[in-house]
Amino acid sequence: MTVEELLAQGFEAVSLPDGSREIDGVYIGDLLSWVMGRAQMDNAWITIMTNVNVIAVATLADTSCVILAEGVEMEKDLVETAKQKEINVLSSSLPIYETAIKLAGLLS
Amino acid sequence: MSEPLIFHFDVDGENFASAGQASTQVKKNLRQLGVPAATIRRVSIAMYEGEINMVIHANGGTADVIVSEEYIEIILADKGPGIPNIEQAMQEGFSTATDQIRSLGFGAGMGLPNMKRYTDTMEIDTMVGVGTTITMYVYL
Repeated sequence: MTVEELLAQGFEAVSLPDGSREIDGVYIGDLLSWVMGRAQMDNAWITIMTNVNVIAVATLADTSCVILAEGVEMEKDLVETAKQKEINVLSSSLPIYETAIKLAGLLS
Repeated sequence: MSEPLIFHFDVDGENFASAGQASTQVKKNLRQLGVPAATIRRVSIAMYEGEINMVIHANGGTADVIVSEEYIEIILADKGPGIPNIEQAMQEGFSTATDQIRSLGFGAGMGLPNMKRYTDTMEIDTMVGVGTTITMYVYL
């Protein structure tokens, strides 16, 4: 499944410079070093963190997209940074657990 | 390539938001050189953790990346407080970061363990009150 295919499933695009990227698995976490140590390349990464370091981690860990759960919002200038760095960011109004369950259903 | 390529960066200790600029640039450079994606990921994560450590603990420092045909060498040097107990610092979960750093999502005590995890060799040369130099190799 590609990142942009999630848009038809209730996820909203915050930054979508590379929507055709394939999602392979999911990782959930807010501690950034933990995420870098455990997330796999091409994972969709669910978090509630929204600071600029999230974009750096997504860039370096090479995740397919960041999914901001619980309806948290990213500041406008960070959204611009995400676009510049070609990082896909989606948002979900669902809590983290429900967001993960939804993804599990879609990816299985 | 025959001659090793050397990339040098100054890591700004004052600006937490800009941490990662050097590793992001290295990622781009390695991609242009045709280094495999999985290797680029290992190098850039290890380097980013080092950058973050230099910003959190050492008021910045320098990062040098040497790319040869056989390996990528990353040398991170700072004039920070040094690491009093390396064995303790290498334990997952051990951190001396402040609450403010933790609120940014760091300080999980995974920085040094991640650097070791993602590189083939890692050597720490540190002296309390003088500084720390970390040298890591990723073989191609």
